[in-house]
Amino acid sequence: MDILFENVSHIYQKNTPFEFKALEEVSFHIPAGSFAAIIGHTGSGKSTLIQHFNGLLKPTSGHIRMGDFNITAEKKVKDIMDLRKRVGVVFQYPEHQLFEETVEKDIQFGPKNFGLSQDKIDSRLPEVLKSVNLPEGLLSRSPFDLSGGQMRRVAIAGVLMMSPDLLVLDEPTAGLDPRGQKEMMDMFSRVHKETQRTTILVTHSMEDALKYADYVFIMNHGKLVMEGTPLEVFQKEEALNQVGLAVPEVIKFLHAFESRFGQSIPFKGQSIQELAKEMTEIVRRGVKDE
Amino acid sequence: MSQPNDISFQNISFQYPQGDEWALKDVSFHIEENEWVAIIGHNGSGKSTIAKLMNGLLTPQSGRIHIKGLEVNEENIWEVRKKVGMVFQNPDNQFVGTTVIDDIAFGLENHGVQRDEMLKRMKYSLEAVKMEGYENHEPHNLSGGQKQRVAIASVLAIEPDIIILDEATAMLDPIGRNSIMETVDHVRSERDVSVVTITHDLNEVLFADRVIVMNDGEVWKEGTPREIFNLHKELGEIGLDTPFVTQLSNSLKSEGIVLNQEPLTHKELMDELWTFYSRT
Amino acid sequence: MSNSVIIGQYVPGQSLVHRLDPRLKMIMVFLFIIFIFLANSWMSYLVLTLFALLSVVTTRIAPSFVIKGLKPVWFLIIFTFILHLIVTKEGDILFSIWNFDVYSGALWKGLEISLRFFLLILMTTLLTLTTTPISITDAIESLFQPLKRIRFPVHELALMMSISLRFIPTLMQETDKISKAQASRGVDFRTGTIKERLKAVVPLLVPLFVSAFKRAEELAMAMEARGYKGGEGRTKFRELKLKPMDVWIFILFIIVLITFWILRT
Ligand SMILES: Nc1ncnc2c1ncn2[C@@H]1O[C@H](COP(=O)(O)OP(=O)(O)OP(=O)(O)O)[C@@H](O)[C@H]1O
Ligand SMILES: Nc1ncnc2c1ncn2[C@@H]1O[C@H](COP(=O)(O)OP(=O)(O)OP(=O)(O)O)[C@@H](O)[C@H]1O
Ligand SMILES: [Mg+2]
Ligand SMILES: [Mg+2]
Repeated sequence: MDILFENVSHIYQKNTPFEFKALEEVSFHIPAGSFAAIIGHTGSGKSTLIQHFNGLLKPTSGHIRMGDFNITAEKKVKDIMDLRKRVGVVFQYPEHQLFEETVEKDIQFGPKNFGLSQDKIDSRLPEVLKSVNLPEGLLSRSPFDLSGGQMRRVAIAGVLMMSPDLLVLDEPTAGLDPRGQKEMMDMFSRVHKETQRTTILVTHSMEDALKYADYVFIMNHGKLVMEGTPLEVFQKEEALNQVGLAVPEVIKFLHAFESRFGQSIPFKGQSIQELAKEMTEIVRRGVKDE
Repeated sequence: MSQPNDISFQNISFQYPQGDEWALKDVSFHIEENEWVAIIGHNGSGKSTIAKLMNGLLTPQSGRIHIKGLEVNEENIWEVRKKVGMVFQNPDNQFVGTTVIDDIAFGLENHGVQRDEMLKRMKYSLEAVKMEGYENHEPHNLSGGQKQRVAIASVLAIEPDIIILDEATAMLDPIGRNSIMETVDHVRSERDVSVVTITHDLNEVLFADRVIVMNDGEVWKEGTPREIFNLHKELGEIGLDTPFVTQLSNSLKSEGIVLNQEPLTHKELMDELWTFYSRT
Repeated sequence: MSNSVIIGQYVPGQSLVHRLDPRLKMIMVFLFIIFIFLANSWMSYLVLTLFALLSVVTTRIAPSFVIKGLKPVWFLIIFTFILHLIVTKEGDILFSIWNFDVYSGALWKGLEISLRFFLLILMTTLLTLTTTPISITDAIESLFQPLKRIRFPVHELALMMSISLRFIPTLMQETDKISKAQASRGVDFRTGTIKERLKAVVPLLVPLFVSAFKRAEELAMAMEARGYKGGEGRTKFRELKLKPMDVWIFILFIIVLITFWILRT
């Protein structure tokens, strides 16, 4: 799904003493099929931004195009149900939205609301369960008897059932242990690659943005302050520090390496092993030079 | 107890009433005065259970727990809670007061501190967490990180000997996390206090003097961060991660670079590389 | 979140009204309300109205904000007024619209009731606009102190009130979050038959209950960890002390009431 934002602003509680400008003149374009990451400190407007993607919020001014859908301040969004069907949103702590008696019912809740036929639901279910790594044996259990990580997978399964064109993820790994985090991110990456869909990830982890995204957006106080490929954006250590963000550890280390040894190792997504090899070469050369 | 332990767990086993498995199985460890100990482990490995046992929020089925030489039991429980301050994961669900100052007052009122003394303690604890000027702010106008700093201030005001942070930074962004860790570090530089941090964040582990690794309700290993992260392979097997520097130095080692000590920070690794580089 | 309703919402400020002792403020509002119902001449209404307007000005909150915030109540006030026009049949016939005769008595009565209603709402709104909920709680705890002797749990009640107040914004945010999450899953809270709409509430209520329960559990745990064991042996941080200014304002208020009493017929 092609996404276009033109001068989008959002003001909460407009015309009251509590008025708050959460988004200011945000413009960007996310081409269909890309994996984009949105980064910014607490309160920079990330969650506000993503609520515009499926019409939960409307801009106070500006214009949004989500595929064929137009969202503006004045007009009611036509076929909002259709938009929400095609934009799947996994909120922060999505396990908080579970309510049905069984896992199966909860997973089917969204699809049924959007009018998916029972046949289609039944045929998709095994595949979705597999991709979120939930055993079928859990289907008849109450979602409230599961562990935190499993509950989250149930909530995500419900979103994947719709096979949305756009998948929006708001800090999906918060509160999980390292293995859980990695499994979760690998799953989203796999799902993204298998289908041709667009994925947008809100995250505080520079490491994840670097590893998974092909495009990053940096937010600061409601404004979009930087955008580009992770490699481009993460080279700008100064500018990132200024908006209270750090560069990923690898890049930080390579910068320090360069200033110590006078030789740069340009980062282009190498693995740690590959980097170790390149560093070893430089360091060994030093030994021979003496 | 004769030894100057701040916390001692002796053969603790614990099972939740509704739980079908033991959450802790024969857990023993000691934490010394002024020590900073990190507890790590996968989800459900029993970390929070340990924290709640420390101030009598839970009672073990077997074993004994001592805090500052005082056995944790019905009788001593209020004494123990004066010595142990706790900060929980969710910043919202531990903020009792309607404003910052009221929240700090809550604990002081519970312990029957007189008003003049309260004012003094409020002032310095707010200073310690750098939240002066926020006295009358309401919780919903504070960021998660600010709420957690208030939670720490509330704990400091009680003047505890031990501060436990149970994933206190888990719901915060990197800036919030950093400022909490710096706050705790700063507090420790000013007064005697032991710190127990429970966390999934490896950078927080590096602040600690010692690490206790939990696995399936058992103490899997104890040691300095350096010793623990040396076990990168085994850690991976129980679902834990090692920091970037450890991973990189391991790869460097397998490339044949000799490192004298296990580096933990960027600087340490860089220095090691430099030594190797400039050796004749 | 509701954007237009301000009843019950505090607007921070440093005005005279803001700084007035909350106990006095509550007593004044209480007396004022009683006196509204004792008014019977247009002069006595004038005194009360002037006093109310003076109070609004003194708060330094933009009058337009106060008036806009009363929007939902305007409807009730106008409705009451029209109802009186239709129902009351006293005095002379002033004019008629369609088949309705409008009596002078009805007009007077309608105006009177509407004015009373308006003043009542205005003053209580001013109280909550200028007093933090916690000060109101403190005032209640302090005013009800005598009841402690008959073993009425004043402290527990005050604590419960202040915790509820503390969690109202949090629960409102939570409601907003969950309803947005369910709307994203295709729940439509706005259209459909009554039955459909009632059904749409379940996915909102269940998670809300679950989370409120979890919050309560964690909060209780946190309170216990912080040494809470009931009102026994507890000291108190917030203490209310009357300032000279409070006394002067109260005297002024009494003078207003006396003037009012004289102007009554
Ligand atoms: N319903 C609301 N009414 C008023 N202000 C709001 C509302 N929702 C959010 N805000 C404010 O808008 C700003 C942006 O909030 P948002 O939730 O978009 O931030 P975020 O970048 O997602 O932060 P985080 O990393 O903490 O999730 C914040 O300052 C917040 O307090
Ligand atoms: N109230 C409870 N009732 C029943 N079982 C519980 C309860 N709380 C925790 N458990 C179980 O006890 C075990 C240990 O839980 P604990 O909360 O101590 O883990 P943890 O290490 O803190 O995990 P996390 O990283 O998720 O916070 C888990 O298997 C958990 O399911
Ligand atoms: Mg957010
Ligand atoms: Mg825990």
